[in-house]
Amino acid sequence: MKVTIVDYNSGNISSVINSFKEVAQDKVNIEVTADLKKITSSDKVVLPGQGSFKSCVDALNKINGLTEALTEFAISNKKPLLGICVGLQMFADIGYEETETKGLGWISGKVLKIDNQNGKYKLPHIGWNQINIIKQSKIFENIENNSHMYFVHSYEFIPNDKNVISATTDYSSNIVCSVEKENIFGTQFHPEKSDKLGLNIIDNFLNI
Amino acid sequence: MLKNRIIPCLDVKNGRVVKGINFVNLKDAGDPVEQAKIYSDGGADEICFLDITASNENRDTIYDVVERTSKKCFVPLTVGGGVRSIDDINKLLNCGADKVSINTAAVENPKVVVDSSKKFGSQCIVVAIDAKKNGNKWEIFTHGGRNNSGLDALEYAKKMEDNGAGELLVTSMDRDGTQIGYDVDLMSKISSKVNIPLIASGGVGNLDHLVDGIKLGNASAVLAASIFHYGKYSVQEAKEYLDSKGIPVRI
Repeated sequence: MKVTIVDYNSGNISSVINSFKEVAQDKVNIEVTADLKKITSSDKVVLPGQGSFKSCVDALNKINGLTEALTEFAISNKKPLLGICVGLQMFADIGYEETETKGLGWISGKVLKIDNQNGKYKLPHIGWNQINIIKQSKIFENIENNSHMYFVHSYEFIPNDKNVISATTDYSSNIVCSVEKENIFGTQFHPEKSDKLGLNIIDNFLNI
Repeated sequence: MLKNRIIPCLDVKNGRVVKGINFVNLKDAGDPVEQAKIYSDGGADEICFLDITASNENRDTIYDVVERTSKKCFVPLTVGGGVRSIDDINKLLNCGADKVSINTAAVENPKVVVDSSKKFGSQCIVVAIDAKKNGNKWEIFTHGGRNNSGLDALEYAKKMEDNGAGELLVTSMDRDGTQIGYDVDLMSKISSKVNIPLIASGGVGNLDHLVDGIKLGNASAVLAASIFHYGKYSVQEAKEYLDSKGIPVRI
């Protein structure tokens, strides 16, 4: 099996690479590239994302044909794709970080700043928070409800169709922290930084 | 519910772990990679490396330490000490650091915080504030506590938030190495001034000090070195103690 981590200059992805290689060992071939042919011929794709919604979308668009290749992979060919953090947020139609920016539009919805309730909640939402699993997702195999995951973000994805939500976390409100829509998976938290349980989620994705 | 974090900090010099009292009298005590792995297996919420002599010496050793650690520890890793430029930050992140903490450079050239948070995202930019009490205010010190910038700590903290810092790591120079507890007055004043998380540092000698840092200092995370490093308490013991005091922790 060949899994591609998309390297599109979206910030620091070394932790994502390290964690996938740790889980994959010799069983799975992990490629780190933005090569369009390699992406479309992969069995699975991981779309990381750090920084702002706008900077990630801009970085995707800077590589000619990348958005189309990812859309072909995830939407036309329906192969498994995992978005992490801003990688998940970009599934939305639109994001409002820095300025209004068009997303990939794979899962209808928008990305808004978390309501800090007049300073009651510090932002970014940084640290370990529990996930409330509301739909059994394939990536949550052997993951117990209320498990702790590591978060770093100030914006939240609000999908129009609530059926895609697989987990939420409580910070100011019930924030969407995991989605599953057919072959498309996403986590707002960082499985690559969530210790053994995070590696377990990565393992689950590799085993789909 | 978001949990308060416990962050063991390892002072690293020439690729080896040390812990000084007030930044002097260094003792060599182990391999940072092994130490970090022990901490992450023991439930540390994050790991912090501080390259203490980085401003003066060859920094290449820290890159190797970070690279090796990030292949073994799957909790967030923050690296600070001698981080001066966008290029330094880029190298550390590429080696596997998740966040970098910027101290002296943020005082001398605040633009580095603006530029780096834009380039890499605020989530990986921690501004480290070394503050010392002078009369009824606190002043910012740089160069590992050697130089007084004269800047007011509270105003500076707010400015760093505006510049794009994702977190503040606040160390009381008066308390560092003393083991008499955090300067909770300093912590709570800064915490109420900013809307980003504060990590308290400097002065931890027992587990009640961790409790005070969170309850009285309003810190989101507590950083400690020697109490963990010399085996006085394990991270797990610290978490169980905080839990018994009603503080939310990841157990």
